[in-house]
Amino acid sequence: MTSATTHIAIIKAPRRIRWAAMGPFIALAVVMLAGMVLNSNFATGTNMANVVTRSAFIAIIAVGATFVISSRCLDLSVGSMMAFVTGIMILTMNRLEPSIGANAIFVGAVVGILVGATCGLLNGLIVTVGKIEPFIATLGTMGIFRALITWMSDGGSIPMARALREPYRPVYFGDVLGIPIPVAITLIVALVGAFILYRTKYGRRCMAVGSNADVARFSGISVTKVRTIAFVIQGLCVAIAAICYIPRLGAATPTTGQLWELQVITAVVIGGTLLRGGKARIWGTVAGALILEMIANLMVLSNMVSEYLVAAVQGVIIILAMLAHRFIK
Amino acid sequence: MTSMTKRVLAMLTVSLMACTATSALAQSKKTIAVSIPAATHGWTGGVVYHAEQAAKEIKAAFPNIDVVVKTSPSATAQVSALEDLSAGRNLDALVILPFTSEELTGPVAQVKAGGAFIAVVDRGLTDPTIQDLYVAGDNIAVGANTAKWLAEKLGKKGKIVVLRGIPTVIDDERIKGFTDVIKGTDIKILDIQYANWNQDQAFTLMQDYLAKYPQIDAVWANDDDMLLGVLEAIKQSGRTEIKYALGGNGMKDVIELVKAKNPVTPISTPYPPSMIKSAIYMTAAQLSGQAPMRGNFKLDAPLITPENADQFYFPDSPF
Repeated sequence: MTSATTHIAIIKAPRRIRWAAMGPFIALAVVMLAGMVLNSNFATGTNMANVVTRSAFIAIIAVGATFVISSRCLDLSVGSMMAFVTGIMILTMNRLEPSIGANAIFVGAVVGILVGATCGLLNGLIVTVGKIEPFIATLGTMGIFRALITWMSDGGSIPMARALREPYRPVYFGDVLGIPIPVAITLIVALVGAFILYRTKYGRRCMAVGSNADVARFSGISVTKVRTIAFVIQGLCVAIAAICYIPRLGAATPTTGQLWELQVITAVVIGGTLLRGGKARIWGTVAGALILEMIANLMVLSNMVSEYLVAAVQGVIIILAMLAHRFIK
Repeated sequence: MTSMTKRVLAMLTVSLMACTATSALAQSKKTIAVSIPAATHGWTGGVVYHAEQAAKEIKAAFPNIDVVVKTSPSATAQVSALEDLSAGRNLDALVILPFTSEELTGPVAQVKAGGAFIAVVDRGLTDPTIQDLYVAGDNIAVGANTAKWLAEKLGKKGKIVVLRGIPTVIDDERIKGFTDVIKGTDIKILDIQYANWNQDQAFTLMQDYLAKYPQIDAVWANDDDMLLGVLEAIKQSGRTEIKYALGGNGMKDVIELVKAKNPVTPISTPYPPSMIKSAIYMTAAQLSGQAPMRGNFKLDAPLITPENADQFYFPDSPF
């Protein structure tokens, strides 16, 4: 059965499929080209490094979201979860710093990963075992995480201890072999994500559940397990993003990660993953995150758009990109 | 008269007496209700902190005054909170920082109809006749005083960039106060963009400003939260030509910079969340001592300098 489908696909439309998969990268190239034409500062090394590094958070979280969305679920809580994990990590590190010094960063990171995975598990169990629509379930946890960070910070901010700022700073501002560390981490996360999604049994089950949960169930796949794991992967990605995020400003506030969930979902969809599940593109997702950040960057660099209309223009560009994608197909 | 009727009568008398007793007690003890937005960002966090501090202090200082603080996460929730507050007891005064002017005007008018003294803080109602007392900061002055200081320090020339907050009246007034002063100088405002009073967005926007403009003499973020993001972006860029990076609002992290005589951020301007405290104290003075408090009270926005920074510094406040 599988081989037959693949066979037909190869004979019928090998080129069309490749074009569709290339969509997000073409869009990225177009945005970059437009950038170079509009402002000479766009293509400078510093600006490129800034933009690519900034897009790392959304890209990392969006890799996790690619799993959740391809299994036909949705996670609206990622932005709030990110703020919550950040808050817990900073509190842990501040508590440990007097006794173990800079090692507190590692303990904090481990705690962050555990908290992220637990939050993801919680979302997953509410959706799968609780059998609640993911939209509503994660809308609920989104409010919970956001309220928790607001409560933990008394509505103000949770700053990281001064002594930890310098040792932790390179995780956002440093580089390995010229590649900024957040970018390197994004690449690793995307590589691992792509491997799991395209090369493992779990990845195929994820797609199967996403395209048709009933058929998957009849073929002996545990839909509950697959979806729960997808949410845990999402939680892990959020924690990894949090680890890169903290050294940037060294604080968690109630507005940390606000509305990131929408950027994440947009990045995933621009990247070619179907919102209704069953098809996922990890590298497309990464390109999607880059496109979003570059458009925002261009809005500031070019003088053409009034400050009042920036959001409208961004919206139009995203819709145009999606339409172009549709027509290429 | 049967014993039954006698007993009923006796009971009635007792309960009547009890009623008068409680109402007498209620009259001697006056209630101030405080309705404020929940802590969703730094500034409102400060409002909640100072309201709770004021409630504690007033209750200790005036045993005959009770202060009830209620926070609400949205305008609709605040309307319900007003109903709850006035349904449960007879309010003698209401101190309110309205979420939005339009939606809260009607409900506050109803509380007023019940005979309460109304103190409005920060955001005015659409019908100013409802309020007995209005306490607010001066957003125009926040922008204008910063601009005057900056213009003088830059010798009335140079290139600056500005970060603005969320599109609201507060933001518009600050920007207007600032740009009106700058217009009278040779200083060029290279760019003004929204960063929504958000540290992250301010960091991103400042990175973009730095990429776009090779020469920036000074930056003004119209709020201290954003200033922290701006400072981080400048630090990362390694650019040294930026002489001043200023904010506004008097956030404690920034007051600490001012106190330490930071060369890039030597001043701030207050738009203090503690203005809620002014309103609660003034209302208590009206209720307890009948000191006349009806009118408008506009807080000034004097420059916060290393010399006077201690007056604006609240180390325990979240803001």
